[in-house]
Amino acid sequence: ESLVHWPTQKMNLFQSVTSALDNTLASDPTAVIFGEDVAFGGVFRCTVGLRDKYGKDRVFNTPLCEQGIVGFGIGAAVAGATAIAEIQFADYIYPAFDQIVNEAAKYRYRSGNLFDCGNLTIRAPWGCVGHGSLYHSQSPEAFFAHCPGIKVVIPRSPVQAKGLLLACIADQNPCIFFEPKILYRAAVEQVPVEPYTIPLSQAEILQEGSDVTLVAWGTQIHVMREVANMAQEKLGVSCELIDLQTILPWDTETVCKSVVKTGRLLISHEAPITGGFAAEISSTVQEECFLNLEAPISRVCGYDTPFPHIFEPFYIPDKWKCFEAIKKMINY
Amino acid sequence: MAAVRSMNKMYGVCFHVVRQTAGLKVSRLLQHRAFRVGAVQRQQPFDSTLEKPQFPGASADFVDQLDFIQPNVISGIPVYRVMDRQGNIINPSQDPQLSKETVLNFYQKMTLLNTMDRILYESQRQGRISFYMTNYGEEGTHIGSAAALDPNDIVFGQYREAGVLMYRGFPLDLFMAQCYANADDLGKGRQMPVHYGSKDLNFVTISSPLATQIPQAAGAAYALKRENMNRAVICYFGEGAASEGDAHAGFNFSATLECPLIFFCRNNGYAISTPTNEQYRGDGIAARGPGYGMLSIRVDGNDVFAVYNATKEARRRAVAENQPFLIEAMTYRIGHHSTSDDSSAYRSVDEVNYWDKQDHPISRLRHYMTTRGWWSEDDERSWRKQSRKTVMEAFERAEKRLKPNVELMFTDVYQEMTPGLNKQRESMWRHVQQYKEHYPLDLYDK
Repeated sequence: ESLVHWPTQKMNLFQSVTSALDNTLASDPTAVIFGEDVAFGGVFRCTVGLRDKYGKDRVFNTPLCEQGIVGFGIGAAVAGATAIAEIQFADYIYPAFDQIVNEAAKYRYRSGNLFDCGNLTIRAPWGCVGHGSLYHSQSPEAFFAHCPGIKVVIPRSPVQAKGLLLACIADQNPCIFFEPKILYRAAVEQVPVEPYTIPLSQAEILQEGSDVTLVAWGTQIHVMREVANMAQEKLGVSCELIDLQTILPWDTETVCKSVVKTGRLLISHEAPITGGFAAEISSTVQEECFLNLEAPISRVCGYDTPFPHIFEPFYIPDKWKCFEAIKKMINY
Repeated sequence: MAAVRSMNKMYGVCFHVVRQTAGLKVSRLLQHRAFRVGAVQRQQPFDSTLEKPQFPGASADFVDQLDFIQPNVISGIPVYRVMDRQGNIINPSQDPQLSKETVLNFYQKMTLLNTMDRILYESQRQGRISFYMTNYGEEGTHIGSAAALDPNDIVFGQYREAGVLMYRGFPLDLFMAQCYANADDLGKGRQMPVHYGSKDLNFVTISSPLATQIPQAAGAAYALKRENMNRAVICYFGEGAASEGDAHAGFNFSATLECPLIFFCRNNGYAISTPTNEQYRGDGIAARGPGYGMLSIRVDGNDVFAVYNATKEARRRAVAENQPFLIEAMTYRIGHHSTSDDSSAYRSVDEVNYWDKQDHPISRLRHYMTTRGWWSEDDERSWRKQSRKTVMEAFERAEKRLKPNVELMFTDVYQEMTPGLNKQRESMWRHVQQYKEHYPLDLYDK
């Protein structure tokens, strides 16, 4: 990768987000960041220092109103500003669902390309965090995957987060960027200080393998890495691990090419299994790779319950559940 | 008296200013500033020796009488007007004294809109276009406000503001093209009729969901404020849409974020079949403005000069002071909600006739013109004939035109074509080639 020789700094995931936002405010005079509590630095510290550095007209609090935050963001983008909206938790994005699905996603299409809100990026903390329960743990990507016109992106690490976020900001389509909150402090890497982008809609093969394709995104990639190691050590099974990165539009080519090679697919996500994004991947892969499949496609996901508090260790698709699923596929 | 006193307390000095019948030229800037800034006193040090409340959330005095503030709907916020129902100027200082050319243009745009409405409504009844919404009775709100703006001001509308677009110069051919969804439609045939848009004329394309434009207008105004190029935003919506959460969001954001924005509410008495007494219980929409810290006024929407004056002053101050203004234009929806509605199901013909005959923006302006010898019966006859002719000619041209190329079903979903959509597009053409006798390809551009 060409990033290898760039000067880097040790950053955790929230710091890599701050770095991306800092780069953006520095280079784009129209860029503004807004949402609840972003002015003092944000509840997850993603915007620390930015208001002092760039001014209160560029980094500012809004009233507590998600439909307003996204609606305001759409309007600012339509008028030519680079609008970066923060939703405090992905669990609270739903009041903005109408603005996202009926407005942002359809702005360019319905106006015959006279108007668009491509300059809008929405960021939200996402996924389980150990104690988040129903309303601080959700992974709502599947709701938005069903919406042509927006892009949905989920990073697995600080280096990915900065590159993908900058790609979303640069992308001329409205993007939703979900940030795995459990990784905000836990994930630490050497991250380039200068801006860079990682392509959207390109899945990344993290390790090559020949027996099973593993597809995941965000936090679950780290679980799957361990699963791949367990499969190799205990079963002698070689896994190909793919980070989807962009949920919509998703890279069907990379995934299908891998399944043609391995003949087995395991997809895993925290979100409930029914209607979860694994269902879309599974459906497409069976259409494209039917004759290559050695076993039914396996999905290891959250149960069809709201995200529970005290039962989280039983709820999440942990490495044991994934390992067991691989065993079943190999022995099919 | 007690009710008025409490009203003053609740609304601060805003209410006081609105009650003045003296000219809009009198600027109560300082008092408004005091009211607005007073709400942001949280930086003051707390001092418990003072008998004044120290709460960060409100700037007020203590009171030891238990009194609920009475919402005043019997004699609510008064209606500003310049002309009486017959078109006579009431207070000469309020006559904007526009030139004959300007006033004639107002009149011709209102009547041209009316003519286009009649023809397109009929065309839907005849199955030529799929849907239509008329603007009968509200022409004054469109033309009066549009004329008070700068051409570079951005317009966010709801769906009953075609006169704003017409005033700005949107050609009949393009109105027709959108309604017919033909190959000339700027919107590329994707939306139902009356969902107009024009980048050149700074009129953001209409969408069907109600009130979604309201917080968007706040965002656009904020961006324009940062650009500092003397541009404002106007945002139109009906009294029904004002019930949506997005309206509350937009009002609150525009006030807290200090946006140069005019909220223009067309209160026309009905949201489809729902009358205003089922839409709200307070004093209309204007009374909500002060609740957000916003300067507000209620005007006679059928008085094009009242609409003009209020919009002009609101625009001037919105940009100069970076704050939003709320104008509630009272009017009446003379037509049905749309071609899918028959309003005789929920209101009497007598009620509709009253507004059509006794309080119509077009006839009031005509009277103003004829009083000054600016418009005669002959002028009226020949203008009606000419405007009908130009509308019919545009109509016939639009009807003959092919529909847009079916390729355009797949473009502009994203800025770029995606591999997935490309595959679907190819699949569609393969299918249509194979089953071509079942698809109306001849109607579409190649």
